[in-house]
Amino acid sequence: MTAKTLVTDAERSSASKLFHQVFKQPIQRVALVVLLVMVTVALIADMLASSQPLLLFFHHHWYVLPNLIHPSGLRIYDNDLLMKHLGVDDWALLPLVPWGYNGHDLTHVLSAPDAVHWLGTDSSGRDVLARLLHGSRVSLIVGVLSVTVLVTIGTTLGTLAGYFGGALDVLLMRILEIVHSIPTILLLVTLLSVLAPEGYSAVIAMTVVIGLVWWTDVARLIRGEILRVKELDFVHAARAQGASTWRIIFGHVLPNASSPVLVSATFALASAILVEGALSFLGFGIPDDMASWGGLLNEVRSNIEAWWLAVFPGAAIFVTVTAFNLVGEGLRDALDPRTR
Amino acid sequence: MLRYLFRRFFLMIPTFFGVTLICFLVLKLTNADPVTASNAGAMSGHQISREAIEHLRHFYALDRPWPVQYLRLVRRLVTLDLGTRWQDGRPISEVIGEALPITLLLSSVSLVIAYVLAIPLGIFSAARRGSRRDTVTTLVLFMLYSLPSFWVGTMLIVYLSSGRFVTCPWLGRPGCFPLQGWHSFEGFDQRTILGKLGDVLWHITLPIVTLSYGALASLSRYMRMGMLENLRQDYIRTARAKGLSERRVYYHHALRNALIPIVTLLGLTLPTLIGGSVIVEQIFGIRGMGFVALEAIRLPDYPLVITIVAFTGLLTMIGVLLSDVLYAIVDPRIRLQGVSAK
Repeated sequence: MTAKTLVTDAERSSASKLFHQVFKQPIQRVALVVLLVMVTVALIADMLASSQPLLLFFHHHWYVLPNLIHPSGLRIYDNDLLMKHLGVDDWALLPLVPWGYNGHDLTHVLSAPDAVHWLGTDSSGRDVLARLLHGSRVSLIVGVLSVTVLVTIGTTLGTLAGYFGGALDVLLMRILEIVHSIPTILLLVTLLSVLAPEGYSAVIAMTVVIGLVWWTDVARLIRGEILRVKELDFVHAARAQGASTWRIIFGHVLPNASSPVLVSATFALASAILVEGALSFLGFGIPDDMASWGGLLNEVRSNIEAWWLAVFPGAAIFVTVTAFNLVGEGLRDALDPRTR
Repeated sequence: MLRYLFRRFFLMIPTFFGVTLICFLVLKLTNADPVTASNAGAMSGHQISREAIEHLRHFYALDRPWPVQYLRLVRRLVTLDLGTRWQDGRPISEVIGEALPITLLLSSVSLVIAYVLAIPLGIFSAARRGSRRDTVTTLVLFMLYSLPSFWVGTMLIVYLSSGRFVTCPWLGRPGCFPLQGWHSFEGFDQRTILGKLGDVLWHITLPIVTLSYGALASLSRYMRMGMLENLRQDYIRTARAKGLSERRVYYHHALRNALIPIVTLLGLTLPTLIGGSVIVEQIFGIRGMGFVALEAIRLPDYPLVITIVAFTGLLTMIGVLLSDVLYAIVDPRIRLQGVSAK
């Protein structure tokens, strides 16, 4: 760690240099912390909010992490019921939020935030905080996966069009214009209502569909950059040395064309999370038995006085989207020579 | 210019075919036909005889191979013979004729508001670059930009319309704004012109707020960036060196050039008129294009869906063309003949 101070700017790898440049501003650092918290929450959501304890000594048996394993001996118990049946020698270590994202507390239906349900419950008595914590998974998975899909498609088609040009370029640009002209939200809603996926396949369906519709910006960026880069001297030099086409594309052209894509992908990540929220809000997205932020907001439409169903999930979407946008902004400022 | 427009127009034709074809094929996946649609809709519970089903399928040409169906569809779209919607047999042209003006009203008003506020905000922010006020403005606009409209709309309804939090006693009902619709359902026809206008304004206030803040945020960011980029240019230094007042430098020299990207954006917002209205109309229960589209997709009522998608696609293409043409008009450096139409 002491060596760190001795490392000069030139010695740092370009990735770490970029990292330092992007997170120079305090606001970008706040965004980074928010995102790290978000990822952590998504990873350990089962440990934070679950209908069963983390550790349990019950009827002379040890149960380790029943919240993850759901042993058959405990099947009928949730935390609430378990607490009532605990004997004198029994004890349990409950998660921070002792409610599962799909656990129905029928004594608290549509209740405002209180000591039992910190952020209230929805119309089927499910804990809002538990659903919020688990909902971060859906948002992050949809965001990351759909951006992976759209960057893959966009980079492939953009590279083909830009590097090879000619008839292929014309054809691909026509396709791009067609996809670009299709109203995104209508196509998304149509496709999702056709597929009517359930469970995690809903998440997959949504990411694929978003990726299939949104690759056009990345493709256009890559194509433009490749048109610019492929005539530069070092590419000619590589070709003169006898490098194969693929080597030139992957080794020389793409790495130099990648920075605008990185910026675009970060903003696309934010937009994908936003669109997942919007689609679930409209009732076409993630099914109700999975927790998603947009799905929580959707419930307000039939219970307009339940402010806690509006405030918290919306704030979660807003904070996440803002954080990603801030990182995108930082990346753009660091990579775009015009704003330096 | 004319030659350019002509060429662009012809390039639109294959795009139009592509958009309608993709939409057609997606809807083909649903296997929806008027029989299932009317079974799901008003006629649910009624048993339809086999012959009737066959008759209907023949009537809608659903017994023909799909390329034939597609070409029939295109012919009907091109000749504007849009047919009726399966749900209730109303002519589609009538349904759209009713819904489109409402959407146009909402989006044009919010767009005007966004432009009127964004331009001065952008100039203000750029003129005080780096100051505390600029930092705060930029941050607030940035947050507005990330604010999901479905959240804002929902929050406005919960806090202002539900009646749980605020109530305007003179309205004689809970809440300060209506829960849905773009006008009152009772006694609207008996009102005077002014009364009607006031009623509509009262109804569309919250939808307009929800629709306009996002455009406001992104437009003013563009405006600020445009101003800053132009203020760095040499001609500004020249203008200052000539001894022109700051005012004149800003409003006469920098502003003109900074407006260019904003003006061209106008064309690109055209397609979002309908896309953006889907969410807002759903929240506020306004029966515009977005509402009708979503209803049609839910059923699914597929002549109507295709018509709306084709229409929106057409708007997008026109919007892109419009923004290119506007660009040429406001920026004399651009020559359209030289612009590749790819």
